[in-house]
Amino acid sequence: MHFHFLDTYRPGESVLHALDSRVKFILTVAFILAVALTPTGAWPVYVLLLALVVAAVVAAELGVTYALKRALVALPFALAALPSLFTLPGTGLFSLPIGPWTLTATQPGLQRLLSVMLKSWISMQAAVLLTATTQFPDLLVAMRSIRVPRLLVAIFGLMWRYLFVLVDEAIRLMRARDARSGSPTGRGGRTAWWRARVTGGMAGNLFLRGYERGERIYAAMAARGYDGEVRTFPLPPLDTVQVLVLIGGLFSLGVLTLLGIWVW
Amino acid sequence: MLFAPQSVPALVGSQMHIPDGFLSVLVSLVFWLLSVIGVGVALWRAGQELDERKVPLMGVLGATIFAGQMLNFAVAGGTSGHLMGAAIAAILLGPWPAVLVMTSVVSIQALLFQDGGLLVLGANIFNMAIVGPFVAYGVYHTVLKLAREKPWGTFLGGFVAAWTSIVVAALVVALQLAFSGTSPANVSIPAMGLIHMLIGLGEGLITVGALAFLSATRRDLLGLAPGRTSRRKDRFVWLGGLLIAIALAVLSPLASGHPDGLEWVAEEKGFLDAAQDAPYEIIPDYVFPGLSNVQFATIVAGIVGTLIVFGVALGVAYLRRQRRTSTAYEA
Amino acid sequence: MVETDAHEVLIENLTFRYPDGHVALQGVSLQVARGERIALVGPNGAGKSTLMLHLNGILHGDGKVCVAGLDVSGASDGVLRRVRAAVGLVFQNPDDQLFSPTVFDDVAFGPLYMELPPDEVHQRVARALAWVGMEAYARRVSHHLSTGEKKRIAIATVLSMDPRLLALDEPSAGLDPRARRSLIELLSTLPQTLIISTHDLRLVQELCPRTAILDTGRLVVDGSTEGILADEALLRAHGLERP
Repeated sequence: MHFHFLDTYRPGESVLHALDSRVKFILTVAFILAVALTPTGAWPVYVLLLALVVAAVVAAELGVTYALKRALVALPFALAALPSLFTLPGTGLFSLPIGPWTLTATQPGLQRLLSVMLKSWISMQAAVLLTATTQFPDLLVAMRSIRVPRLLVAIFGLMWRYLFVLVDEAIRLMRARDARSGSPTGRGGRTAWWRARVTGGMAGNLFLRGYERGERIYAAMAARGYDGEVRTFPLPPLDTVQVLVLIGGLFSLGVLTLLGIWVW
Repeated sequence: MLFAPQSVPALVGSQMHIPDGFLSVLVSLVFWLLSVIGVGVALWRAGQELDERKVPLMGVLGATIFAGQMLNFAVAGGTSGHLMGAAIAAILLGPWPAVLVMTSVVSIQALLFQDGGLLVLGANIFNMAIVGPFVAYGVYHTVLKLAREKPWGTFLGGFVAAWTSIVVAALVVALQLAFSGTSPANVSIPAMGLIHMLIGLGEGLITVGALAFLSATRRDLLGLAPGRTSRRKDRFVWLGGLLIAIALAVLSPLASGHPDGLEWVAEEKGFLDAAQDAPYEIIPDYVFPGLSNVQFATIVAGIVGTLIVFGVALGVAYLRRQRRTSTAYEA
Repeated sequence: MVETDAHEVLIENLTFRYPDGHVALQGVSLQVARGERIALVGPNGAGKSTLMLHLNGILHGDGKVCVAGLDVSGASDGVLRRVRAAVGLVFQNPDDQLFSPTVFDDVAFGPLYMELPPDEVHQRVARALAWVGMEAYARRVSHHLSTGEKKRIAIATVLSMDPRLLALDEPSAGLDPRARRSLIELLSTLPQTLIISTHDLRLVQELCPRTAILDTGRLVVDGSTEGILADEALLRAHGLERP
């Protein structure tokens, strides 16, 4: 059983797929930083940043709406920002009477809420684009290049490699539970407390499987000479084209950000 | 969790992974710094405590916790409860390896599945991979001590540790949101606190269930965590975890009672946002009658943006045709 | 450290007990000559896998274990590394053995840990993948592959270390007939000394002139495959069936 729904990479031959993962990674982070630094209410800059990321998605041959849709997933978290709609002081827009209280939405509150939601949506699209055009092993290279400790990168690599395997096992455990959760009367299931404890048993089971698998993997690594130290190939150098793309990208983002900050 | 086919998380489910855009740049950077330090120490300490097995073990356990977060159980109606896992990791592995395991879980969730943002990853790591395990460890060993080695101590300890780790992590999230000016403290703290006190019950139960299973099958694994021998070094984590929990329990009600204080901080530090109102007075309100400057600029930006996207689309179509003709030559 | 080139593997009176008390091997003695192909058969729990894990020092029991002229019991780190370069252990579950992000990384792991220069590592990877017919798979991600493909790559991951001896644990388990056939063909081309632990007695007939039966930790029979597989009573006594 293969759970490809966990695979975020979309193979392709576009310009973005060909870009070095290190360049893509740095540009993605720079983009998100640019979005974060753009002040509340700087709508024109948001629009341009959105256009930039959509253009990049198009350049990656993923289709215009690919990232737009996937990035909407974050929006439920917007509930966390909702209160500021009503609490930021300023000109009132509309009022909502709820029981004994009256909540008044204000203009700065609306600006803040919309800005946060927009920023979140745009940032996430950049992240979606990165994972869609970059294979995970290449992301590991990017992490090494920004000096993430090798031990941590090794742990990430192993975790990713066995993600699918363990998720597989978790799903099989859940299917087995569901298969045994029938009842001739159509009712049952006892209490939520009981169900939680059953799930806990499954979690313990999963942990044990993971642990024992870890032991077997260690044996396989030791059999091939592993001694606890993480050894890797040296990183290949970036060629000129990639460096130019990187500099160009950073420059444009810098300009946009400064535009937002100075004018707004 | 949002992509799992099996579970449809409730809207009121765990809102622990903060996306990009919700924290100010300053708050993000501060927590990045804290996380880098914390994870750095964990790398060093885990390196000392564990042997060469650590890389495969922690890698696989990271995958296990990630998979474990997909295990759900029906609570009521359409809602379901999930696991965060910091408590189980800390109880079974000890605090420092748990930090590394949870860091890999949170990082991969953010990097691959956009469950949590990239710029705010530092904050998410701090909340779920540092505060979570620390608090769980501290509370667990406190309960164990109070229970004086009785067998039920493990289970009560596991429950309370798991519950506390969720609540405290949620409170930190609320404080981060407040300091960023995204959400006023007097709303976010009670909201996050109360919701997660409920969610924490699920985490507690699942943790107890897991501990029960393991104590029946592999008792030896329960002794994995150093701390029963109360080495001086781990007393630091024990106390640290307890202190964090207590501090947040005391601090949060205070903070929620003085939202102005936090917003003052947010506005002072978020000078970029606060300066927003000033330029409107310098520049005339509108160039075109009926359209404010901002609206005008937005429309222009919209047009420029659309042109950029179209331009790129044309470029891509051109390149595609080039590719097809060149492969046609080779064929 | 006595260098005896006559024997690739020399095991004398090996006894091993797991931490929980279970005695997995009792007084096992075995000698394998260079270039030989020997099958290890027996019921589940007989100790076959446990025995294999002694060949490269992952497990340590009481008794003598000499591999490729090197004494494994009580060996220093340096000797152990030489042993592990000489013995290629292919595990039952290829998922446990393919632990790197890409196929290339997995096959390169061994040579990398032998601290060979990057160019040589690349060469060895290319050669190993070519041998198992998987050159096109270098950039692939292991979890997407079929079991048959994974088993071949797993063999490549040890071939890249240029071992003298290959020990395979249940190589044909879980394979469909086509993949199994292709695996048997591959194994028949390998020049190394082979120790194959398996339930697949038809594979044993094709590949291994010599068979040893292990049952409840004891080596009960060691002789020609033809003779052993013809003896129905013997097979049945040890939980096996005539192919």
